[in-house]
Amino acid sequence: MKVSTQIIINALLDTLYMVSISLIFGAILGFILGIVLVVTRKGHILENKIIFSIVNPVVNTLRSIPFIILLVAIIPFTRLLVGTAIGTTAAIVPLVLHIGPYISRLIENSLLEVDEGIIEAAKAMGASPFQIIHKFLLPEAFPSLILSVTTATIGLIGATAMAGAVGGGGLGDVAITYGYQRFDNVTILVTVVLLVVLVQIIQSIGNTIERKLRRVA
Amino acid sequence: MIEFINTTKEFHVGQATVKALNHINLTIQKGDIFGVIGFSGAGKSTLLRTVNLLEEPTSGEVLVNGKNLTKLSKKQLREEKKNIGMIFQHFNLLHSKTVFDNVAMPLVLSGANKSKIAAQVQEVLTFVGLQDKAHRFIDELSGGQKQRVGIARALITKPTILLCDEATSALDPQTTKSILALLKRVNSEYGITILMITHEMEVIRDICNRVAVMENGQIIEEDNVLHIFSAPKQDTTKNFVQSVVRNEIPQSVYEQLNVIDGSKRIYNMKFIGVDVGQPVVSQVAKKFAVDVNVLFGNITELQGIPFGHLIVELVGSATEIQKAFLYIQSKNIHMEEVVAHEGEHTDYHQRTVGYAVHG
Ligand SMILES: Nc1ncnc2c1ncn2[C@@H]1O[C@H](COP(=O)(O)OP(=O)(O)OP(=O)(O)O)[C@@H](O)[C@H]1O
Ligand SMILES: [Mg+2]
Repeated sequence: MKVSTQIIINALLDTLYMVSISLIFGAILGFILGIVLVVTRKGHILENKIIFSIVNPVVNTLRSIPFIILLVAIIPFTRLLVGTAIGTTAAIVPLVLHIGPYISRLIENSLLEVDEGIIEAAKAMGASPFQIIHKFLLPEAFPSLILSVTTATIGLIGATAMAGAVGGGGLGDVAITYGYQRFDNVTILVTVVLLVVLVQIIQSIGNTIERKLRRVA
Repeated sequence: MIEFINTTKEFHVGQATVKALNHINLTIQKGDIFGVIGFSGAGKSTLLRTVNLLEEPTSGEVLVNGKNLTKLSKKQLREEKKNIGMIFQHFNLLHSKTVFDNVAMPLVLSGANKSKIAAQVQEVLTFVGLQDKAHRFIDELSGGQKQRVGIARALITKPTILLCDEATSALDPQTTKSILALLKRVNSEYGITILMITHEMEVIRDICNRVAVMENGQIIEEDNVLHIFSAPKQDTTKNFVQSVVRNEIPQSVYEQLNVIDGSKRIYNMKFIGVDVGQPVVSQVAKKFAVDVNVLFGNITELQGIPFGHLIVELVGSATEIQKAFLYIQSKNIHMEEVVAHEGEHTDYHQRTVGYAVHG
């Protein structure tokens, strides 16, 4: 049996929905955790051993759980949060928990790349810790942060393919149910092409913005 | 004015303790361009950083205009830091922002309004000669221009003190000169006290009026620049002075001593703050029956005062040479006879009466 174009379009929209919503929440979570991981570390502007030694292992733990397991393991939590454990919206909860810590590590790396001299200059000017983060660290790391978010977005597209396991829908789900289980090679091909195109578009948007920000020709 | 009173700073690295500052006592007067020189690891940066509390002293005090900054609240400290500008070896500017936004930053942090910011940025950019570069990004500037931006940013809050950590070490000699000239204007036009650290004696020579030499976390010598250059006491100080004022006597002069007969003597004339060279030399030749040959010379300028030495050969009878010698000394010129040395050492016998030091 042939998959209708409508199904593919709906799946694409589901994917875009899951990716964008979980990206927004994941990025918020990731930025907060990433900044906390940087500024509370030893010798940094808000050094705090307790907070760092809590956040750091939590992020590591979430990062080490394979997404497909996380998806299933947190079903009770998902139900508590969004009232259901199946469907596109329900898939967003594990996607956020998956991508948030991942983004936090990328953000952490980007912020650590900022020259220490910048922080030194900021302190010499009498900047508060909040101002150092907001006016110095984030703007200086911005191009690199854009690349981090781009990488995370592409990771999310991969993860949404598994959302089918909780009835999340999306392109990956269509490829598995119609293509893999029903030997529909055309569907596999179409969804794969769509995913590739999607990834390419996102990557080149990210690269373009980053290059603009870095002002390289 | 900056006062270090028994200032000590220790760093703990693993089990070891590094005493970066060991009981520093030092006063930098208002209006000084005060240089601190020393080899790598001497503690110069640490000293500078205790002034604006980038490093907090382990013990002792640092008073800035009479205030101990560690006693202030966070808010007061932020206010006080506007009074202390700082520039850095690697400029530490924001690459994501334009020249204008970099310079404006200290005012933005304190919530100044836009029109005030624009006017003040314009003023300091004009002062440093970058008024036409306001909308450039940092990466589009040369090293010297970047340091000018750094200076403009430091001046925007109208500080009374400017701290310079190796501000010219990343620049070529030509650019270094122009930045030093700018810093001199910062001092003379705005009356800003400058504390600068460096490992280059040229920098001290070119703009400082006082200098302290640091070694192993201690000040081993401190004086006005003329004194340090003319009579360095510690070996380290001597080494630094020698790096710009080549005081040693060239081998060729010693070789001349080997062929000397009774009618010649070689002297090393040191000039500090007196008319250099020709007048004295030509007067001696006129007044006495001696010929004066200049064998070697090295004159530089310290704070507008000529400074250096000439090696001269006096040819004539012993009594005329002695008269000429006394005459030159009466002009307050420090004069030593160059005598043959044993082995490779270049010590020479001293016959000194007094010499004048100004400053
Ligand atoms: N944050 C730090 N942690 C541990 N040790 C430090 C720290 N900062 C400085 N030190 C040590 O303190 C000593 C003095 O360092 P400082 O940076 O003040 O020297 P310096 O005279 O400025 O040298 P340089 O010319 O290389 O800049 C050195 O032994 C250095 O290793
Ligand atoms: Mg240093």
